[in-house]
Formats: sequence, structure tokens, C-alpha cells
Amino acid sequence: MEKYQADVAIVGAGGTGLRAAIAVAQADPKLKVALISKVYPMRSHTVAAEGGAAGVVRDDDSYQKHFEDTVAGGDWLCEQDVVEKFVRQAPQELYQLEHWGCPWSRKPDGDVNVRRFGGMKVPRTWFAADKSGFHMLHTLYQTSVQFPSIHRFDEHFVLDLLEEDGECRGVVCYDLQNGVFRQINAKAVFLATGGAGRCYLFNTHGGIVTGDGMALAYRHGVPLRDMEFVQYHPTGLLGCGLLMTEGCRGEGGVLYNKDGYRYLQDYGLGPETPVGKPQNKYMELGPRDRLSQAFWNESKKGRTIKYPLGEAVHLDLTHLGEKYLHERLPLICELAMTYSGVDPVKAPVPVRPVVHYTMGGIETDGNTATRMPGLYAGGECASVGIHGANRLGSNSLVETIVFGKIGGDAMVERAHNVKDFDSAELTRQAEAAEKRALSLFDVKGTESMSKIRHEMGQSMEDGVGIYREEESMQKTIDVLKNLQKRIVNVGLTDRGRVFNTEWMNLIELGYTLDVAQCMVHSAINRKESRGSHQRLDGPDGAYKQRDDVNFLKHSLAFKSTDGADEPRIDYSGVKITTFQPAKRVYGAEAEAAEKARKAAQEAK
Amino acid sequence: MEATQKTMKVTVLRYRPEQDKEPWEQTFDVPYHKDTSVLEALFYIKDNFEPSLSFRWSCRMAVCGSCGMMVNGVPHLACKTFLRDYEGKDMKIEPLANFPIERDLVVDLSDLIEKIERIKPYIIPDAKNANMPLNKNFKQTPMQMEAYLQFAQCINCGCCYAACPQYKLNPKFIGPAALTLLYRYNTDNRDAGAKLRAPFLNSEEGAWSCTFVGYCSEVCPKHVDPSSAIQLGKKMSATDYVFNMIKPEH
Repeated sequence: MEKYQADVAIVGAGGTGLRAAIAVAQADPKLKVALISKVYPMRSHTVAAEGGAAGVVRDDDSYQKHFEDTVAGGDWLCEQDVVEKFVRQAPQELYQLEHWGCPWSRKPDGDVNVRRFGGMKVPRTWFAADKSGFHMLHTLYQTSVQFPSIHRFDEHFVLDLLEEDGECRGVVCYDLQNGVFRQINAKAVFLATGGAGRCYLFNTHGGIVTGDGMALAYRHGVPLRDMEFVQYHPTGLLGCGLLMTEGCRGEGGVLYNKDGYRYLQDYGLGPETPVGKPQNKYMELGPRDRLSQAFWNESKKGRTIKYPLGEAVHLDLTHLGEKYLHERLPLICELAMTYSGVDPVKAPVPVRPVVHYTMGGIETDGNTATRMPGLYAGGECASVGIHGANRLGSNSLVETIVFGKIGGDAMVERAHNVKDFDSAELTRQAEAAEKRALSLFDVKGTESMSKIRHEMGQSMEDGVGIYREEESMQKTIDVLKNLQKRIVNVGLTDRGRVFNTEWMNLIELGYTLDVAQCMVHSAINRKESRGSHQRLDGPDGAYKQRDDVNFLKHSLAFKSTDGADEPRIDYSGVKITTFQPAKRVYGAEAEAAEKARKAAQEAK
Repeated sequence: MEATQKTMKVTVLRYRPEQDKEPWEQTFDVPYHKDTSVLEALFYIKDNFEPSLSFRWSCRMAVCGSCGMMVNGVPHLACKTFLRDYEGKDMKIEPLANFPIERDLVVDLSDLIEKIERIKPYIIPDAKNANMPLNKNFKQTPMQMEAYLQFAQCINCGCCYAACPQYKLNPKFIGPAALTLLYRYNTDNRDAGAKLRAPFLNSEEGAWSCTFVGYCSEVCPKHVDPSSAIQLGKKMSATDYVFNMIKPEH
């Protein structure tokens, strides 16, 4: 086993991991940063983000508005002090990326332009056409190469965290290219491994989005918070699930059902806004949870469009014209043509909701620290507290850089306060992790990994989808429990050590299964409806309503310490500073509510 | 699955460094329909026939750059290439040409990565802009952005290196993707680092090595047109050369 002594180890080299690495390198070039990723940095799934990143820049906008949109969008399950910090730091991080070369789309005068996005009151989404994540990631990667203190471990897959005296002290990983194991000691470890969309069958995600960091933290006793909140993006390409960005609707795209009717007006998002005149927080610019729920209801009413590949609604962009579409949404045009055979310039694109984002994740404080000293987390794998029960589009790209920076700074401080170390105990743990990984080669079972993966994904769609019920969730719990038993009987055929993807995929699947269990157990215990977690059951349908008395709190999924193979669910309070929970409304209802609120304030 | 399921003979190049002396071929009958990509064909092979087959992939949407490989001798992204376009033919999938094979369809990309990182692919601002506050942006009009934007679309998939006859002859050639990136930063009005990149652009391994075959641009899955970036780079390099003769560096 080779050993590397770092000051800071960062797992994941997407937007968050790269931003954190640069923050450390800039703050103190003497600190050695190990940047570990199972892929090359530019393959990270940040690359696939399309629409943009939210940050207040316009004169008619304010931090307060971004704060309110975010907290209401999250159905009041946000840590309000963290949201306050987040909205303030967002613009400076976006400007920082601009200085580093990110090609943000511009206004004719040469300043950065912003576009409309769902659930946001004012246009505040910075965008680089519809390749915002791609450009952010490449800008960060390219910027990072000028810092010699960042030592990259590309194509290194993390097998375990190292822990001593209750503190995180490093990681052990498998080097795919060379087929060897490496122990990396560090004073601070930052998990930035992204989401876990691969728990589900139909998702917008790349194959690498398997929840590794979440599972690693969970297995070491750090809880996963709010895991029941899984975002279905309303507009995934029918068939493959590839993302048709919310930017489509921000630019004026509209949704039709089979009758050519803009059905969103039936779901508290109206009145209908004229085609080509999108209005913030109305109709197509409602939040994602509401739009996906509307699709589900249209489907129940038989008003979706039937295709051989399934049910869909139509995303119509044709009125925007070829020139505008190719300028603002070039990737969308390319993807729809390539993967659906539809040219959005000429015809509407068949779309349906698709799993897109995990609002929950590794529990952290507002500075990315977990409850285990030395372990930090940021980006989609973390639950730092800004998304609550439903994330607003364009808040997550900016989350990567804001909390990458904050996490980097926090780790610098820790690294300065912890002495260099190494110990026989850490070596023992690293060797044990290696042995565990290698023992998978001894399994002679005949279970199929791809079958287990498929059954997990299908059962998550069935039980923990857009709408949920006790009975179907229990079924998913049972299926996953059974899959946990079966996965230990997967026999590997590939005996090689170099780039053995079969072996790595099996370990990944183990991570994903753990995370899926946390999702469904958190979900079945939340007996209310909030944000993306919508239930249809309860005595007299009681769980269909939000229940602030019993459930204005975060769920925490802990690994059971009594040997049970299922998580233990606990709860923690929600930080409310200035914005008291209220009814979550959009469209005309929202405007009326705001008028009433203002009138009440003036009356005081 | 459709009733009229077609199948294609797909041959894959195999090489497992720990057990194979040299690469060998393995052929599979892969069912496909009109939407089946080469990547999905590989999934099918891995799930149903040969779990030990290794290949890189992630996003499935032609933006992460992982799945560059040779399909019937031509560099392609597996996720953006479809079996329907090879109907009536057999298909042969091999690792990207001009790179050492690491295992099966996985090549060693370290040379490409090193070159991308060598050419200083980041904004080097001039002194007066070095500490611009974080509440304002550089002015960059849409027209100024247009000058480099196409060359900023590279996904680092390596297809252009697999296509490049010059890189095949001389592996020291900095090559299409890295030279394109160099030109992209030199052309960005926020950047003042052209002088620091000149040694790479003007060197023997730089733009002048390119013989303008243009195959890189033909195979580029993102239409970045590296060939044209390199020709523009030559122009930049020539100007630089003349400029330096008149006014030598202090």
C-alpha cells in the first residue's frame, strides 16, 4: 500500500471539489491538497448542468428576494441562517468565475446577462448559453492547474474513510489505472462526490452519480439529512431521461398536454401567461416539484400524450425561432435532435419528469463541517441546509462554488491547528479496507449485479416517486432489504486489478443501495406532504397536508449501531430566523398573498 | 423490445494487461433498435456477455468526454454514435488510436492531459486587472465573446488526437485540443498571457507542426474546429515573430 501525506484531502473534483481545492491553494500554498476523483475532473457531473447559477445582480433584485424565494421554494425546511449567507456570497463567487474566464452570456454592453428561472421572483440566473455547468467546470479545472500545491489523484476510487479518536484522518482509495491501493492521510477530508440519482432507474445523471460520499459518511456514523426529498425535474427527454433545462421555460418555452392545453393553470400556477411572455413564478416558471406533480395528475386524468416509449407532455419552443434557440439553447437543440430525433425549432419536444437532484445529503453546519471532526462535505452530496424540501433551479450550481470556497477556508483553518500525524491504527484501517475490497473476488455467488441495479431503480420509482403511499414505500423497503442480502452473492468474473470496472461498479452499487435505503426510510417516516415529498395517504388523507406541528424538522438517517441492516431515523430542528412558515403559493395567489402581507405591514 | 428486433455483429478489441500478451478481438451479436447508441451496445455486452469488458463512460449526452473510441476506424463518442447508421454492416470498436492502450477500450490519456495543462489554460490578467473586486465583471461584448467561444467548447475527449496524422508521427506535437485551448485564452479580451504562451505556440511542437489535414475538425463531436484554431494560431505566431524582430523583448 502506497501512502501519501496530505494536509487536505478532497474527494470529488467537480464544481465543489475544484473550488475547495483552489480556495485552499490560494489561502496557503504550503498546504498539500490531495484532489481525488474516480474520473478526470472534467468528466464530473457538474459538466451536464445546463441552465445556470443564481446570484443577485440586478437593480430590481435583492438578497432578501433571493432568500425568500429559496426558503419558500424549500417549503420552509431550509436553515435560514445558511440561506442568508449563501445568497450574499453567491454573486461574488459568480464574479470570481467570470474573472477566471467563464464565458457567461453577455448583454450588448459587455456586462453579464441573467435569465428567468422557475420559482425565482426576478431574473437572476447567470448562464453560459445552456452549457453553464460545462463552462463552470472547465473554467475551474483549467484555473486549478496553475496551483502546484494541488496534487491530483485522477481515476482513484475511494473505498473508505480513515478515522481515529473519533476524527476523520484520511481516505483509502483504489488507483484504477495502476491497479494499486493508496492510503492518503489528511488533517481535513472534504466529501464533494455529488448526488445519488442512480438510486432511480430514470434519471438525468451520468453513470458516476452513485452516492459514494453519502454512503461513506453514513457508514461512519454521520447522518444523512432530509433524504426523502428527491427532485423530479419536470422536463426530461422521453426515453433516455436527458435533461431539457429549465432555461427552456425561462426563455419562454411552454408545456402542453394532449389537448394542446397549458395544463399548469389547473394547478395553482395560473392564470395563463401569454406565449412568448414568460412571467416569473407563474405557469411554466413555477417550481419543479409543482410542475412534476402536475404531470402526474395529468397522467391520472388521461391527458398526457402516449408514445411508444411512454407518456409525455410537449415542451414547445418553436415560437422562439431558430436564431434565438441556437444562441440561447444550442445544447438543447443538439440533444433533442440526437437523442429524440426532434428539432425544437420545428416541433415540440416530448418530455416527462425525471429524477434529477437529491436535496438531502450529509448533514453539515453552515461551514460544511459534519459532526465528525475533520470531515467536511459540500455540493450535492451534502445537506448544508439551503434547499429544504425542494431546490430551486440554478441554486445548486452556485452552491458548488459558494460552499466549495467556504469549505476550503474552513479546512485551511483546521489544517493549521492540527499537527502532522501518522499511526499504525490508520495503516491497519487502510489495509483492512483493501482486504475487504479484495475479498469480493472470493465470492462464488451467481447473483447478477445488473439485475440488482435494475430492481433497485424500479422499486425506488414505484415506492418513492412523485407521490408516495405507506404501502408502496413498505414494498420498496422490503425489496431493498432483500437486495442487500443478494448483493453479497454477486460473483465477479473479472479478476484483473487494472481498470476493473466490474469490481468498482459492485462497490458503487453497495453505496447506492445504502443511500436508497436512507431515502425510503426517511420518506415512510415523514407523515406529511412538503415540497418534493407528497403523500396520498394517512387517516382521512391527513398526510396530504403539510404538518408544521410535527414535521417542521429535518430527518436524519443514521446507520444502525445495533447491527440492524436498515437505517435508524431521527430528527433535528430547523433554523428559522426571519421568515415564518406560511402557505406556499405561486401565480396570482402569490401576488395576492404578497399584497396582503405588505398591507398588513403598512397597517402596523 | 420491438418485435422486429435487429441484431448487429459487434467486434470489440480486448486487452487485459495482466493476462494478454497482445490485443485480441471478441465478437458479439447485439440486438438494437433505432435509438441504440454504441455506448448502449457496450452496456448490453457488459451486462449479458462479458462483464469484464472495460470502457469509460458517464454522462450519456456527449458533454463529459469520457467515451471517445474508434468505431470502424473513425474516432467517435460512443454515446453519440448509433447502430442504425451502420445498418447492413458489421461494427468494430477499438480504443482511441494514437494513445497507448491501458485496458480493453480504455486508453492512457496522460499525454493529452499533460499538454492541456502545459499551455497555461487560464486567464492571466494584466497588472491593472489582477485584483478586480468581486462585485464587477470584465467588460466583454457578445462580439468579443464570439471570437473565442467556439474554441471553448472542447470536451477533452481525445478524438482529434486519434485523428491527427501529425500526432501519430510525432507524439511531441502539442496537438489539436491543447493548441485550440491556447488560442481560446489568447483570444479572450480578459487575458494578457499570450506572451507566456508564445513559447508553446511557436515551438517546434506547436502550431507549425500542423500540416492542415483538417481531419481533427472532421471528427470533433462538438464542432470545435481545432484545425481552424491552429491556423489562426499560426497567424498569431507569425505576427508575434515579426513583432519580436522589430522590438525585442526587454
